[in-house]
Amino acid sequence: MTVLCLIEQGDGGAAADASLRALTLARTLAESAGGEVAAVLFAGDTADLPVSELAAFGVRDIYAVQAGDGYAPAAWARGLAELVVAAAAAGVAAAATDRGSEVLAHLGAITGQPVAANCIAARWSSPGDCELVRHRWAGSLLEDAVLEATLTLLTVASDAVPAQPAGQPGSAVVHSFSPDLAGTDLQVHATESAERGTGVSLATARVVVGGGRGVGGPEGFEVLEELAGLLGGTLGVSRVVTSQGWRPHRQQVGQTGTKISAELYLACGISGAIQHMAGCLTAKHIVAVNTDPDAPIIAHADYAVIGDLSQVIPALVAAIRERA
Amino acid sequence: MEIAVFVKRVPMVGGKVVVTADGQDVDTRMSGFTVSPHEECAVEEAVQIVEREGGSVTVVTLGPPEAAEQLREMLALGAQQALLLETDGREWGPIATAAAIAGAVTRRADGGEAPYDLLLFGNESADTGGFQVGIRVAHALGLPVATGIKRLERTDGGLRAGREYRGVQESYDLPLPAVLSVKEGINLPRYPSLPGRLRAKRAKIGSYQPQWQAEGLRKVGLRVPQEARKRAEVLGTGTDAVPALVALLDELGVLP
Ligand SMILES: Cc1cc2nc3c(=O)[nH]c(=O)nc-3n(C[C@H](O)[C@H](O)[C@H](O)COP(=O)(O)OP(=O)(O)OC[C@H]3O[C@@H](n4cnc5c(N)ncnc54)[C@H](O)[C@@H]3O)c2cc1C
Ligand SMILES: Nc1ncnc2c1ncn2[C@@H]1O[C@H](COP(=O)(O)O)[C@@H](O)[C@H]1O
Repeated sequence: MTVLCLIEQGDGGAAADASLRALTLARTLAESAGGEVAAVLFAGDTADLPVSELAAFGVRDIYAVQAGDGYAPAAWARGLAELVVAAAAAGVAAAATDRGSEVLAHLGAITGQPVAANCIAARWSSPGDCELVRHRWAGSLLEDAVLEATLTLLTVASDAVPAQPAGQPGSAVVHSFSPDLAGTDLQVHATESAERGTGVSLATARVVVGGGRGVGGPEGFEVLEELAGLLGGTLGVSRVVTSQGWRPHRQQVGQTGTKISAELYLACGISGAIQHMAGCLTAKHIVAVNTDPDAPIIAHADYAVIGDLSQVIPALVAAIRERA
Repeated sequence: MEIAVFVKRVPMVGGKVVVTADGQDVDTRMSGFTVSPHEECAVEEAVQIVEREGGSVTVVTLGPPEAAEQLREMLALGAQQALLLETDGREWGPIATAAAIAGAVTRRADGGEAPYDLLLFGNESADTGGFQVGIRVAHALGLPVATGIKRLERTDGGLRAGREYRGVQESYDLPLPAVLSVKEGINLPRYPSLPGRLRAKRAKIGSYQPQWQAEGLRKVGLRVPQEARKRAEVLGTGTDAVPALVALLDELGVLP
């Protein structure tokens, strides 16, 4: 019972952290039926594959698939579909990133198989029967489910699954694989622009200062931004703030915004709706500033200040400046 | 351009999600219903395209009769037509949903109406989050598809759709007809106007009942995750809390 795991590559060709997390779940699934996990990369060049990194996660076989230059979701899915047959795989997993989710959905459509999205655990109880736990509402709710399929397809809610190297690291062999693509598979493909984003990214910022409806209007964000700047962080906001047009959507934290991974999330004037919390529960420490001691966010936060943010935050900024 | 937008009725859960006693559903006795923000943006995008170049927007939902409420909300945002694919209220999986939607698209063309040039989806439904219905529909109909889209421009004879991947902007060129799934942030949806609301109230909603089918992914039950955090430690009230807050930030090592 081999499980193929799609590996996305980050800077310098290293396996993306999300993919290593997916690989960890894929290995658990494979082991539940005494099988092995194999890695699949779409790489024209086999020279800079993260071979030893993948081997440390228990991978013995690495497939380097040639499916055109760059990213074409249908072509990647076609490559996986053919590799499933060639490697006699019983399952395919990918991190639930934009690409992983999209490629697995194409694979489900091509093979006519169901896809379980955003799994946090999965094991085979018998061949073709997979017991799993998956996210609903972006992780605010868990679903226990059974996936009955001739091919087990799933994506992994990677922020909920830690990456764990295998107990017995081994060595891995690279195989090249060239699928037969159908004519339309390469029709939709990505063209990448040369520009890179600048500034502190919301998803990876160490400190996020959050502002919600309680900020009261667009002017109120100035002092929050000043605080974020002092703490070497960035501003994050609730959906009320973006849908009022007070701040741009790229600053939205939550289910339909960005998931943050900050050391500190200082949430000011935010009630803590589940769709907002879905984006910040992975923050290490949450501090809430709210006038309402019964706001739902108080049940999720580690620390709270009960008070008016328009007084507390300027006073905090002044105190920090005074110290420095 | 003839555009169809697909929206799903979901409970408007607020500060806390509660599961029914049998563990099968979200308790909706205290909540209203809505659609995903991604889908609302899909409707706004469609309305803007039609405002620019003519045509019409049809909003389609697969759901119980009450889902007509969500169709009327979308009509109030500027869609012209609405179609309800009526169910008996049980949950439909992504394969069955996609089959019913593809069926509705084919049925319109077969019925002699102008076929759709563009099918717009949300990137994922708010509740079940399957991340797949749009892609399955595209495969069923043999259409090109791009997902996670946050930028859309018209090109000669087609569309250029964009999104961000690991800090880099990617773009995809698609000929029409095409399928796109979009994300919140692609635009800022308008608030419904009063005339829009009145029109929506009176609008006729077409409907029929597609055939449900069982599929391989079956829900056993729902549960709320174990709350790892306990109630917050209150540092203080108002500006009196500032010294304690500064001390905490210092302890966390985030002060300059
Ligand atoms: C499918 C779906 C997806 C969604 N996705 C997201 C998402 O990605 N991100 C998101 O944020 N929301 C999302 N939402 C919306 C979410 O349900 C809430 O509506 C939203 O998060 C509320 O924003 P808020 O906390 O700023 O506003 P409110 O809920 O109105 O809360 C304002 C808070 O500010 C406090 N307050 C008021 N004045 C002050 C003051 N002077 N000082 C201190 N505190 C004060 C109040 O006590 C209150 O707790 C989504 C909803 C749906 C249905
Ligand atoms: N019941 C439904 N009725 C209409 N559209 C739907 C339905 N379910 C899903 N969709 C559409 O498909 C998108 C992706 O859904 P999903 O694959 O369930 O995450 C949603 O954002 C909607 O645009």
